[in-house]
Amino acid sequence: MKNCEYQQIDPLALGTPASTPTSTQCAKNKSHRPRRKWEVFPGRNRFYCDGRIIVARQCGVLPLTLGLIVVTSVLFFIFDCPFLVTHLTICIPVVAGVLFLFVVITLLQTSFTDPGILPRALPEEVTNTERQIDNSGSVTYRPPPRTKEIIINGEVVKLKYCFTCKMFRPPRTSHCSLCDNCVERFDHHCPWVGNCVGKRNYRFFYTFIVSLSFLTSFILGCVITHLTLRSQGDKGFLQALQESPLVVCFFSIWSTLGLSGFHTYLVASNLTTNEDIKGSWSTKRGEESGNPYSYNGIFRNCCAVLCGPMPPSLIDRRGFLPPDVIPRTVASGSELHPFMAKNDTNMCTQAPKKLLETVAHSSLVHSTCTSATPKTALVTQEFPFNSVSSMLSPSNTTQHPMDKACCQRGNNSKGPPYSLSHSPLICSKVPDVSFVPLLLLC
Amino acid sequence: RLTEFHNLQELRQSASLANKVFIQRDYSEGTVCKFHTKLPSELDSRIEKTLFEDTVKTLNNYYAEAEKIGGHAYLEGCLACITAYLIFLCMETRYEKVLKKISRYIQEQNEKIYAPRGLLITDPIERGMRVIEISIYEDRSSSGSSTSSSTTSSSGR
Repeated sequence: MKNCEYQQIDPLALGTPASTPTSTQCAKNKSHRPRRKWEVFPGRNRFYCDGRIIVARQCGVLPLTLGLIVVTSVLFFIFDCPFLVTHLTICIPVVAGVLFLFVVITLLQTSFTDPGILPRALPEEVTNTERQIDNSGSVTYRPPPRTKEIIINGEVVKLKYCFTCKMFRPPRTSHCSLCDNCVERFDHHCPWVGNCVGKRNYRFFYTFIVSLSFLTSFILGCVITHLTLRSQGDKGFLQALQESPLVVCFFSIWSTLGLSGFHTYLVASNLTTNEDIKGSWSTKRGEESGNPYSYNGIFRNCCAVLCGPMPPSLIDRRGFLPPDVIPRTVASGSELHPFMAKNDTNMCTQAPKKLLETVAHSSLVHSTCTSATPKTALVTQEFPFNSVSSMLSPSNTTQHPMDKACCQRGNNSKGPPYSLSHSPLICSKVPDVSFVPLLLLC
Repeated sequence: RLTEFHNLQELRQSASLANKVFIQRDYSEGTVCKFHTKLPSELDSRIEKTLFEDTVKTLNNYYAEAEKIGGHAYLEGCLACITAYLIFLCMETRYEKVLKKISRYIQEQNEKIYAPRGLLITDPIERGMRVIEISIYEDRSSSGSSTSSSTTSSSGR
């Protein structure tokens, strides 16, 4: 076997009809149980519930986010609601309860939904991309030029070649280095949510931060009301303060409101955080006249982003692997590769009967699984708290103090006072960006 | 040189894979799913241009229908938002319905048009909606593949 970066489907490894490969462990496993595609997924993700739930390997501080929300809300319900119900109205806990449910459900949906991961190119596609025929008619294989220019709605857009996924990235797609996946309409990788935010889960993320802003504002308002009413009575102000989740809400409200405002602006102009930070489309200061994806209307943009059709998951996590083909997609983590010569016939001609069976089988498998796969995208909303809590270290050691959060919920117990800043942890190649003041952008 | 196969079964039994052609995405109108309709040179001798263009245009229309932003999509979106997107658990989205239609259409096209010409279209959803992969088959009894043009040069760089 040649020493090459690409793990080609070796025709010999496919085996002849008569023999059964017993030497490899993979083959043994396959003969016992058909494997699902999530088991051989090349990106850095974890799967639960047999592929129904997908999270980034670096879950960031999702347990902390969830914990803060739950604890704050529970404290509010325990300490503030009884007083407010007797003094004001029963609507208060009802509204808070609805908001709380919204927040938790959308948070878990954001974390557990496939953000729009693009599957890596298969070997034949890679070969096709790399095949270049020079003047003398000889065929060579080498990595294509790094960028390719296309015109979208009159604007010139550069498509970059992703060396990990071995394909030209579609427009608005970016490669997340934390998850090691190309994600469509990549917004940013959110450590608080523990997942990338992309095409498929942006609306969940937006609903999450908006409802979280409402929840924190509501709790803050109620608690201040509570304190005001109570301080008119016997107890002192300080004592009352200790009983309430005021502090958490006070610190988080600025960041959540600010973040919601920022993302409302992004939604209205049909931009991603990635594009906004990079300044991809702003020709003049503050103008996005160059955005080719905008529908040139705030309402239309909002509807397109938030109410648009829900695209399907492209990675088919729960589909079965064809039993005879050893799953060899392109290797991850490969950087520049030396020039390689490959034989055309080796590339494309395979053991005839085996491949035809594979093709026939895979189209069969896909059609039988099609009824199953839509549900997989839908069933991501199961949230087993056991797996959430076992999920991993809350601290992400690679975070800089600057990039501490994308939605800075306020970790007041840890120290430095809050700044009105928002610096999402962006994985594509953005130079060290200093704080982007939210207010300037709203 | 057109190799005649009468149906998919025959294709599977007597043909060998010679080459694969990839139809790329057309991004001129943005990120909507659309494929180039130009017939690749490798298929020139295999299939009529109009038939191929019709297939791709129909596929493009299906995808446009799936991704259409209109009244129905807004309704679905608003309803989903109100229920905290939990209806996605129970309901099949419009996109998924159209994908099933596409799958059936491709199956039908393969059976009627492409298999008799020794070609097979792979549903783009299986390739991450990036390409339409068309496999070219040769009759096993015929000599070699149609693309055995390789003079492989060694890595003399």
